[in-house]
Amino acid sequence: MNRHLSTRARETPPSGIRRFFEVAEEMDDVISLGVGEPDFSAPWAARTAAIDSLERGRTSYTSNRGRRDLREAIADRVERYDQYYDPDDEILVTSGASEAVDLAMRALVDPGDAVAVPEPSYISYTPTVSFAGGDPLPVRTRAEEEFALRYEDLERAGAADAETLVLCYPNNPTGAVMSEDGLAEVAEFVEEHDLFVLSDEIYAALRYEDEHTSIATLPGMRERTVVFNGFSKAYAMTGFRLGYALGPPEVIGAMNRIHQYTMLSAPTTAQYAAIEAIKACDDAVEEMRRAYDRRRRFVISRFNELGMDCFEAKGAFYVFPKCPPGWEDDEAFAEALLQEEQVALVPGRVFGESGEGHLRVSYATGMNELKAALNRIESFLRE
Amino acid sequence: MDDKRELLDLLLRDARESPEDIARQTGLDAAAVETLIAELEAEGVVRGYQAVVDWDRVDEEHVQAQLELNVELDRETGYEEIARRIAKFPEVSSLRLVSGDFDFAVDVEGKSMHDVSQFVSERIAPIPEVTQTVTHFVMETYKERGIEMGDTDEDDRLTFSP
Repeated sequence: MNRHLSTRARETPPSGIRRFFEVAEEMDDVISLGVGEPDFSAPWAARTAAIDSLERGRTSYTSNRGRRDLREAIADRVERYDQYYDPDDEILVTSGASEAVDLAMRALVDPGDAVAVPEPSYISYTPTVSFAGGDPLPVRTRAEEEFALRYEDLERAGAADAETLVLCYPNNPTGAVMSEDGLAEVAEFVEEHDLFVLSDEIYAALRYEDEHTSIATLPGMRERTVVFNGFSKAYAMTGFRLGYALGPPEVIGAMNRIHQYTMLSAPTTAQYAAIEAIKACDDAVEEMRRAYDRRRRFVISRFNELGMDCFEAKGAFYVFPKCPPGWEDDEAFAEALLQEEQVALVPGRVFGESGEGHLRVSYATGMNELKAALNRIESFLRE
Repeated sequence: MDDKRELLDLLLRDARESPEDIARQTGLDAAAVETLIAELEAEGVVRGYQAVVDWDRVDEEHVQAQLELNVELDRETGYEEIARRIAKFPEVSSLRLVSGDFDFAVDVEGKSMHDVSQFVSERIAPIPEVTQTVTHFVMETYKERGIEMGDTDEDDRLTFSP
């Protein structure tokens, strides 16, 4: 049978968290901090808009690019990050930000093109580069720099020869954010070496100390950047599978050409929910953001008390503590913790070599579970 | 947001949080949290701490009723005096002056419907200023002080996800 599979499919390794998932599924009483999705439900107003759209029988395809009123609402919304995009030809509504990433890779990457992917990185970037025929080029970032991307990191990795650079800030898995100055440094490199940027800003609304800056707003960057965003994280709408891409008309047009032959259009019901989310759910987003912020402070403080060095992640809903002293191997630590205390964390190496020795901890989990999980980790470390 | 307001939000969500855990969430230190809570209590902002109970799961009878009260005021007797008198009854769990078709909304609790009816007819109705009572027995509670009753929602998210 295997001979019928494409080389690409055969050579794609399973997700690094798969094995842990299978072990955890067999166990009772697991507290999982491995979940990369909000523990809140979508705001009720968005859900009722979805129900209403179904009751009215709005079940047809929409325009390939997405409903125009949704694109207009998105254009209005991204203005909060100083981004200006034309709903007619600079916005594409996709089935989750993940589809947008895949479309952009396929629209921009030719076989053999190098795509620089800063590590630790979200697990989908490297495979989607490969699916598009490109060569992923890992760019290591460092814990001492709080996993922000520096000019020197790009230089050291040889990203000058890459065609494209992927950014994800606020970052999954580290929770790292980039300051405007830090982004300007990256932009300088990008311009000097004529790279194109894919900026995944799905966690933009989840920043805890200052406002999000998009690299696309820096001088000279708009025309060489596609920004991804969506409704999964900020609005807790993961299951709606709705995202969008913002970028220059030529690139969005190319992405749409692929999109119209594959996905055709994003789910219609989800698009109605998304319009309502943008228009009426700011308070719900702010309430969730504040809850995450409290949990963030709590987990960082607890990990540091336990001797698991944890830098102050300022975005998304992850922290990335180091393994405790005496534990070099993040995978061994995560496995022992899961077996002995039924606490599920994700080993940092899943997100690339520079994640080794760290653990991804999602705090998109209720305070009671977080407290219990940290207590279990404490008792594990005492033994 | 100021610290006291944030503290109120946390206590409203879970009044049993320890000062240490509140400190970890807010960035204050535990001593400062204790001081602020003491201040909120002394100022009369925080009046007490109670559990939210789903009585359907308690193995004894417990009856709740909502009472609409109309009263007639005179020169000597205002809402305040009447309220003070009604609030003293241990059967009354909450008492509010409201706008609309009646004057006071009263929550009454007792061990049986008979208890509650008797309380209304023998203690409330005879108060001279009370002109009318309407009693609504609570048949089912779905939400109480922001907390939903019924079966606890299971977390159906995957154990791990991207």
